[in-house]
Amino acid sequence: MAFYSCCLIISPKILVISSYLVNGDTLNLYEYMGKDIFRRYGIPVPDSYVVEKESDLRKFERPSVVKSQILLGGRGKSGGIKFAKNQKELEDGVRELLGSKIRGLSVTKVLIEDMLNIKHEYYVSISLNRSERSPFIIASSSGGVEIESVPKEKIFTRKIDPLLGYSDYVGREAVKFMGLDSKLGSQFKAILSKLYTVFNEEDCELVEINPLVETADGRLIAADAKVIMDSDSMFRHKDINVVDPEKTPLELEAQSKGYAFVELDGDIGVIANGAGLTMATMDALTLHKGKPRNFLDLGGTDSVDIVVEAFELVLKANPKSILVNIFGGVTKADTVANGIVAAKEKFNITKPIVVRLSGVHEDEAREILKRNGIEPFSMMMPAIEQVVKRTGEIE
Amino acid sequence: MSVLVNKNTRVIVQGITGHQGAFHAGEMLKFGTKLVGGTSPGKGGTMFQNDVPIFDSVADAMSQNPDATMISVAAPFVRDAAFEAIDQGIKIVYILTEHVPFHDTMEIVHEASHRGITVLGPNGPGITVPGQCKIGIMPNQIFRNGDVAVASRSGTLTYEIVYSITHAGFGESVVIGLGGDPVVGLTFVDVLKMFEKDEATKKIVLVGEIGGNNEERAAEYIKAHVSKKVVAYITGRSAPPGKRMGHAGAIIEKGVGTAESKIKAFESAGVPVAEYPVNVPDLLK
Repeated sequence: MAFYSCCLIISPKILVISSYLVNGDTLNLYEYMGKDIFRRYGIPVPDSYVVEKESDLRKFERPSVVKSQILLGGRGKSGGIKFAKNQKELEDGVRELLGSKIRGLSVTKVLIEDMLNIKHEYYVSISLNRSERSPFIIASSSGGVEIESVPKEKIFTRKIDPLLGYSDYVGREAVKFMGLDSKLGSQFKAILSKLYTVFNEEDCELVEINPLVETADGRLIAADAKVIMDSDSMFRHKDINVVDPEKTPLELEAQSKGYAFVELDGDIGVIANGAGLTMATMDALTLHKGKPRNFLDLGGTDSVDIVVEAFELVLKANPKSILVNIFGGVTKADTVANGIVAAKEKFNITKPIVVRLSGVHEDEAREILKRNGIEPFSMMMPAIEQVVKRTGEIE
Repeated sequence: MSVLVNKNTRVIVQGITGHQGAFHAGEMLKFGTKLVGGTSPGKGGTMFQNDVPIFDSVADAMSQNPDATMISVAAPFVRDAAFEAIDQGIKIVYILTEHVPFHDTMEIVHEASHRGITVLGPNGPGITVPGQCKIGIMPNQIFRNGDVAVASRSGTLTYEIVYSITHAGFGESVVIGLGGDPVVGLTFVDVLKMFEKDEATKKIVLVGEIGGNNEERAAEYIKAHVSKKVVAYITGRSAPPGKRMGHAGAIIEKGVGTAESKIKAFESAGVPVAEYPVNVPDLLK
């Protein structure tokens, strides 16, 4: 096929390694990685290559698009896409984009792609529908714009039973709704079927082609690729090495140690157990005009060392004070108390530490802390008030 | 009558010899749960705490006529364990495990629903009917028999709120943890239907969090179908958008799933929303 004439088909899976981007717990792939996957599954994409430094740039052969590789919707409107009709425009485009910042995101790679002769733009995606607990197909004959801005009556939606999977009848429904002729329709059905395979086999949360371009000579080609994978599936995708340029060094360190940790811009360090209780602690601090420095969930462990390590992480964020809020269950309150005492000694902490402990083994916990000069609270709200007050007193 | 489980519910634990499985099986026994067996491939024929028989497979454990199972195996093995239980027709499948790929959960939940099987979790604390049956990891000592039904997407935050409810002099008819993942077996609407029917339940507490639209759907349902008093608490008001707050399901995406939207939906359905967890019992008065 003419498309693939100048494209590198050296195992796309290898190209993808080490450059995945984690956003929270999903893996949000750059366009060029998404297209590598599409190629591997036989979804037509334009010929393209990645440029990281100017010497990667090849000689101009035909009209091209220079696309900055950043995770941002509306790249074109933000100046992240340039068109090149000759060698000079190609060089200028690359020079202008590479190393620049677009809406705060650094462009370290650009994709040079054959310009398509566009007749029409369509939209197609498969995503997780949380409330239906199912894959969900969305397709429209109005593509190239955000799907949210397309009128409802022009959008085809279809829930898929994950046990039945995709079958051709779904494609026929979509093609009829979109009013595609038989030539485009058969191409569309083939793309949709392959897209479903990608969604399923690569454990995706979202696969989106917007726009799906109909060229002047009647071919359907994926002009963009958005792929988000589920990080909980990584045991099935072991060749993927996860690196996240958007995470702070401390968040990466916490992640490698197995903590759910988010850095925030306040000054009160937070250690709690359970995601819900940790969030509730941050909410209560915020409502009391306190500013959390971080979200740290100890998780369901029962180990003194883990508490000490959590303190080490939070101390690295240099908060003015530390609030510990524990509801003992699997994590016993006395284990946490011992951890607090050990951390205080190990790191010689002089900052205010305010502790609230309830639940399993709370009496033992209270004794341990009292012996070591910490007066714990048994209810959450007095502890919140206390830590906000004491933090406010610090210069 | 109680919700989903009662004092006669016969329970097995899949993965009963693992660290978590063994600990929680022991706690369930102390609670008074009718724990009738466990599974651990290769350890069939041995006993748990000299009292509970261990089997190699769920097929073998069916000799104990279990009504419910708790799955406590590592995430990559959850799909297999759940299918094993579903294939044997166990009516309640509770998955404790965290970090199960949601593609696996989708399949589990769909197969279960086709067969009339209830899935609890993944990544939730389970279910407790005080004085009768506990399946899961909630601390034994926070409950008191009463008429308040609690459903939550969290673990420890549920304990915090149940503790406040008990401490304020109320008691619980049932406490259900839905799970913190984007795909879980039960929604708030599913449990509201059960709570509305349950004679032991007079009041309902929903503990929601950011992410998805489970709470908004519940609010719509309450308006049309729930006659009992409902109060709520929503966590994640201070969470930044785009970041997952511990739970895989707790994330604000494209403006969807904010705490404001959920609070507004509940309030417009006449459901008061507590500012702090400790205020929940005040709203029940």
